[in-house]
Amino acid sequence: MSKRIDVKKTYKLFIGGAFPRTESGRTYEVKNSRGVFIANPCLASRKDLKDAVVAARAAHSGWAHATAYNRGQILYRIAEMLEGRRDQFVAEISELTGVTPKKAQDEVEASIDLLVWYAGWTDKISALDGATNPVAGPYFNFTIPESLGVVGFIAPKKSALLGFVAGIAPIITSGNTVIALASESAPLPAMSLAEVIATSDVPAGVVNILTGKSAELAPWFASHMDIDGLDISGLEAKLVAEIKKAGAQNLKRIHSFKEISSPGRILAFMESKTVWHPIGV
Amino acid sequence: MTFEYAPAPESRASVSIKPKYGHYIGGKFVAGEKHFPTINPATEEVLSSVALGGKKDVDAAVKSAKKALDVHWSKLSGRERGKYLFRIARILQERAREFAVLESLDNGKPIRESRDVDVPLAAAHFFYHAGWADKLEFAGVGTKAKPHGVVGQIIPWNFPLLMLAWKVAPALATGNTVVLKPAETTPLTALLFAEVCEQAGLPAGVVNIVTGDGSTGALIVNHPGINKIAFTGSTEVGKIIAESVASTSKSVTLELGGKAANLVFEDAAIDESVEGIVNGIFFNQGHVCCAGSRLIIQESISDEFIKKLQKRMEKIRVGDPLDKNTDLGAINSRAQLEKIKELSLAGDSEGAERWSPQCSLPDKGFWFAPTIFTGVTQSHRIAREEIFGPVLSVLTFRTPQEGIDKANNTPFGLSAGVWSEKGSKTLWASQKLKAGVIWTNTFNKFDPTSPFGGYKESGWGREGGRHGLTAYLKGVTHE
Repeated sequence: MSKRIDVKKTYKLFIGGAFPRTESGRTYEVKNSRGVFIANPCLASRKDLKDAVVAARAAHSGWAHATAYNRGQILYRIAEMLEGRRDQFVAEISELTGVTPKKAQDEVEASIDLLVWYAGWTDKISALDGATNPVAGPYFNFTIPESLGVVGFIAPKKSALLGFVAGIAPIITSGNTVIALASESAPLPAMSLAEVIATSDVPAGVVNILTGKSAELAPWFASHMDIDGLDISGLEAKLVAEIKKAGAQNLKRIHSFKEISSPGRILAFMESKTVWHPIGV
Repeated sequence: MTFEYAPAPESRASVSIKPKYGHYIGGKFVAGEKHFPTINPATEEVLSSVALGGKKDVDAAVKSAKKALDVHWSKLSGRERGKYLFRIARILQERAREFAVLESLDNGKPIRESRDVDVPLAAAHFFYHAGWADKLEFAGVGTKAKPHGVVGQIIPWNFPLLMLAWKVAPALATGNTVVLKPAETTPLTALLFAEVCEQAGLPAGVVNIVTGDGSTGALIVNHPGINKIAFTGSTEVGKIIAESVASTSKSVTLELGGKAANLVFEDAAIDESVEGIVNGIFFNQGHVCCAGSRLIIQESISDEFIKKLQKRMEKIRVGDPLDKNTDLGAINSRAQLEKIKELSLAGDSEGAERWSPQCSLPDKGFWFAPTIFTGVTQSHRIAREEIFGPVLSVLTFRTPQEGIDKANNTPFGLSAGVWSEKGSKTLWASQKLKAGVIWTNTFNKFDPTSPFGGYKESGWGREGGRHGLTAYLKGVTHE
């Protein structure tokens, strides 16, 4: 009896709810911690990023104006789907990074729990940061936080799943759409997460995921005039000044974070809107 | 029969202007090296000569602010800090007429506005923030929140004293010390504010005022001793500031330009809306970052509305800013007048139709008649660029969604107005409009409790309310 040959996965990009290959036709080799070949993920190009921005922009209005309850349930649904594929992610992470299965399991479980944590924020962040303002006049005046729009995320090199979830979850919690660039050296868990997202009722275009080189793509994220915000938590320190300078072209909101669970990560990519309404008969 | 208004000028007697001013550094006026004139834009009369701040002056001001921070200000309790701000608020109220007259002289704005809007709101900003000084732990900023240190503040010429108050009050309430640069063309009320600091007994160096032009501003922005920048002005300069601090750890807030839509639906109360549109674009000569400079009106009522608007514009009184009956004062500077003229000519040449009421403008000074352009399309420069003058561009829409799309078709996002008698429609439009401040059935209202600031290229951060306060603190919990 012959040994069964594995059916291996082709890793592609995740743009507008579909899994296209990079238009550039480029790939790069990813090896495991023992130096053994695992996959040829896409080396995404500037054009792929542009396509992702178009998809993210188109998805923004619908996602932002979905009810907070609905967004919360969809984030929770991502957690449910990830829970169901726990073993797959544990195996992928330990194979890719060489950590013990126990450590990989901790990371997957923390990622699931983090999604649940952010799911609960969708209908509470306004109460935390909103206000009614007692202006000196006959006006009802209130301030509410609103999603910013399209946000880019440069994922950290390490913590390929948890660091990735910690970036995308707070961005989409408030109604933003996201284009995430997965860890260059460990992109595969992020691309597998795309399969989870694709089956979680997340509308197409809300989450878009690219694989590639951050030194090549981060400047295009920064200078793209239709990206409103950028989470550079995973960006190399030496590139930060250049990225901030390029982002000044459209006054992008650029932030990086140390904590994975913080309402500040949600609020950083929201805008306060103040509405005045006269009171009278 | 027509009734003419008799002149009703406010007296200049309350104001005494020195022939020459230095910088206010470390609690005293220090002589500057070079000087430049500041004029009354309504008459071109030279009011005084003010110092052009250079590197030495900015260094001295930053050093003085740092010393005041370390030696005195950071050691004071919030309660005591707050008392200084309460004192400043009270002195501004006491000297309100003097400030209003001086503001109208140096800026060209009608006394009715400086007296009823600028100065009372400036006092209100100090009073509001005074009360925060000893309550910061309850401001939702956590217990680790700390002042940035020395704050560099650069303010514009359209609301000189009010913008000073928007900047200085929250900075001091949160325990920062300040290096402030008033605008090149309107330094006098800031210099008079130095006297208020003296009268309030504010410790030397807590507020330092360096006058000058853009080069002085750049020295402040790039000074290594400055921990935070707060800037109000053009988007163009805002972007330069954002680039200059990219490689530093300086915190920045920017309040920049706008091209606000005033969206009038067919079910709006027409007469009220006409008043709102007039207030939206002609308040302060249209020198307002949040001015309602694009009227976007539903096609079904457009013709009738424009007729009523023109009739109302014929009643706008243009002239002497110190006259209590004046509605529209002088354009702040020759350079600004040239910019307004240039963009208006672009409106003509791109095919929009210009209309202004018959009105006689004074011979001397800088003046521009209230103007509307109809037949404006979204690609016209006068629909895209900030004119910062009394010029309104009129566009039309058919469906509510088209109105929203046109309103949002701009890189700016500071403010917007919505006019409709239907509550659900005004809230729907408020939700869809991408702007930081939405006025429904009103316009150009400001309050210290109400956060102000823009989406997109209109800036970073908010001023006013709890949201504005957090911009002056680092280590805020939700950051």
